[in-house]
Amino acid sequence: MSERVRFFQTGSFAVGNRLLPLDARTVQSDPSRSNSLTSGHRACRGCGEALGARYVLDAAMRATGGRLVTVNATGCLEVFSTPYPETSWRVPWLHSLFGNAPAVASGVATALKARGRTDIRVLGQGGDGGTVDIGFGCLSGMFERGDDVLFVCYDNQGYMNTGVQRSGATPPAARTSTTQAVGPEPGNVFGQGKSAPLIAMAHEIPYVATATIADLHDLESKVERAMGFHGARYLHVLVPCPLGWGGDAAQTVRIARLAVESGLFPVFEAERGEVTAVSPIRHRVPVEEYLRPQARFRHLFEPERRADVIDRLQAGADRNIERFGLLRAEERFGPPLGEGS
Amino acid sequence: MLSQIEGSRAVAETVARCRPQVICAYPISPQTHIVEALSALVKSGRLAGCEFVNVESEFAAMSVAIGASAAGARAYTATASQGLLYMAEALYNASGLGLPIVMTVANRAIGAPINIWNDHSDAMSQRDSGWIQLYAEDNQAAADLHVLAFRLAEELSTPVMVCMDGFVLTHAVEAVDVPGQAAADRFLPPFQPRQVLDPDAPVTIGAMVGPEAFTEVRYLAHVNQLAALARMSELAREFTATFDRPLAPLVSPYRCADAETVVVALGSVLGTLKDTVDDLRAAGVPVGVLGLTAFRPFPVEAIRAAIGPARRVVVLERAFAAGVGGIVAADLAGALPDREMHTVVAGLGGRPVTRDSLREALAAAFSGKLAPLTFLDLDERLLRAAEEVPS
Repeated sequence: MSERVRFFQTGSFAVGNRLLPLDARTVQSDPSRSNSLTSGHRACRGCGEALGARYVLDAAMRATGGRLVTVNATGCLEVFSTPYPETSWRVPWLHSLFGNAPAVASGVATALKARGRTDIRVLGQGGDGGTVDIGFGCLSGMFERGDDVLFVCYDNQGYMNTGVQRSGATPPAARTSTTQAVGPEPGNVFGQGKSAPLIAMAHEIPYVATATIADLHDLESKVERAMGFHGARYLHVLVPCPLGWGGDAAQTVRIARLAVESGLFPVFEAERGEVTAVSPIRHRVPVEEYLRPQARFRHLFEPERRADVIDRLQAGADRNIERFGLLRAEERFGPPLGEGS
Repeated sequence: MLSQIEGSRAVAETVARCRPQVICAYPISPQTHIVEALSALVKSGRLAGCEFVNVESEFAAMSVAIGASAAGARAYTATASQGLLYMAEALYNASGLGLPIVMTVANRAIGAPINIWNDHSDAMSQRDSGWIQLYAEDNQAAADLHVLAFRLAEELSTPVMVCMDGFVLTHAVEAVDVPGQAAADRFLPPFQPRQVLDPDAPVTIGAMVGPEAFTEVRYLAHVNQLAALARMSELAREFTATFDRPLAPLVSPYRCADAETVVVALGSVLGTLKDTVDDLRAAGVPVGVLGLTAFRPFPVEAIRAAIGPARRVVVLERAFAAGVGGIVAADLAGALPDREMHTVVAGLGGRPVTRDSLREALAAAFSGKLAPLTFLDLDERLLRAAEEVPS
């Protein structure tokens, strides 16, 4: 796909594939797609991670001509896809431990290099716990060595597999089972947490990007773009978790989109440590619109509205919008590809 | 051909002749000379077809080896002490996945108190990790056991740890016949993985296994380890035919045949023990030595056969289980339930084990005065000083 396709209808992406030329449609509309993560797995209804992984893997398979090996961290994705003796994976797939997926992926890539099999590419994947917390040392090592691995973090902002505990990617004020909605400052603490994409950029690796499951064309194109580079690459995908976030299973995609449109989750690309593109916010919404449908933020609205906390979250979103130029992306980077001409 | 060579260097040269394809390592004394030499062999091109990865931790070292082995490469790493503990989670994973990784452990004490010198606390702490554990008595054995280890690991699809005493062996220069390339190639065929990550035949490795099959997985691992005992003896005979020198893969008895007392030990202390036994034999004392090369799997039958009718067993241990006593002795007691069993804890944290002290302990054993658990050369002065520290 030479041009990036974007849809700017606010509130709906229902325009779908049918207006696109055949070769620009999502891999999922192709009957010969790889189905790398196939049906029958045990993910929850409305799971954002299952959706994200399915698109990431199929896009990576398309980009590599099916020459792909995957390494998975322990977590929901591993558990729901491989209850012995069944497996949902139709790619070579290796799970070792919770905290070592990036290093295992490095080992696979190194072995392929030593064996002269550089036609085969490597994709590592894990949740936010396996990526930004327990696996972070291995991830940084993989980055700084420049091992030929695309590592994908499916970020659902907590340890959902173990019962919704707080991770280093849990946002402030969010209720988890270890940051409960009790006391004068309910939910997760302000001023903690980290931005794994920005830290990845500090390694000056060839490619870092963020994406969400609200824009699958964008997700696919970033996977494809990442596969165009060699060396260490990082893709951070926001994947809402209906169970952990307390959202309607039918609203997973909408909640992901509101995370972007509120400015809480900036969607951007970076090469060699420099931001090269951002997805502009077309229809800005106050953070409250994102927070309200999620039970993990209910304590901000009941029994009374916590305007102080909501304002702090809004300030964080405003900072993202300013920092990444999310409202004036076109001034900085030109019009998105596929629009105008 | 014999050459005067440092133990670490001999092991590195031997590992190189085994044609590993991925070597990953994180530095820790006293393992460093081994991986330094290997990194130079790879970088200079002398070890072709091999990638050397400088990782950020021992946990990553074992994890890279896991990924490399699953992707069909012959993988090697080396560590010691805290490093072995830091990779503990990955050790169980490598054996559970049946990945034939070979690792050198340059045995060293575990802190606190921090101590870089030799004992066996590190490897003993991982005795139940599912890895085969072989202990080298000298640097020739250290080199040769690596060749055996790669062959055994790959035949049985299980990881093997070759333990050599830190500094005492790794930094000692002695005459070693480093296995030649042609002979090594005859003994060790190219790696044929049991299963491999391959886009042409996708497999899922590392699936979640519940109560319905977990016991069976563990049972089969046990059966595989026991099968290694017989296979090791066969491979040792083949090794001798190939390299024209003996290799003791399970146990090495010394003057045990008519011994009333047998001293059991692992590693480099066996040399001192044999000298001590020679002294005692010269004085008419019926004593022998049994070296254990294989500690996992535990060679029960070979031990029984070697110890024969000796009525007393003294286990010299360079590690121990606080609150219990001897680690090796506990296993031996199960294999030899009808013998008088003593544990002598010696050489912790690098303390020299001397012939004088050994003679004294064995004299006590023969006069019926050796306690079931003894700490050799315990410094009473230091113990009193510790008691006097105000609380």
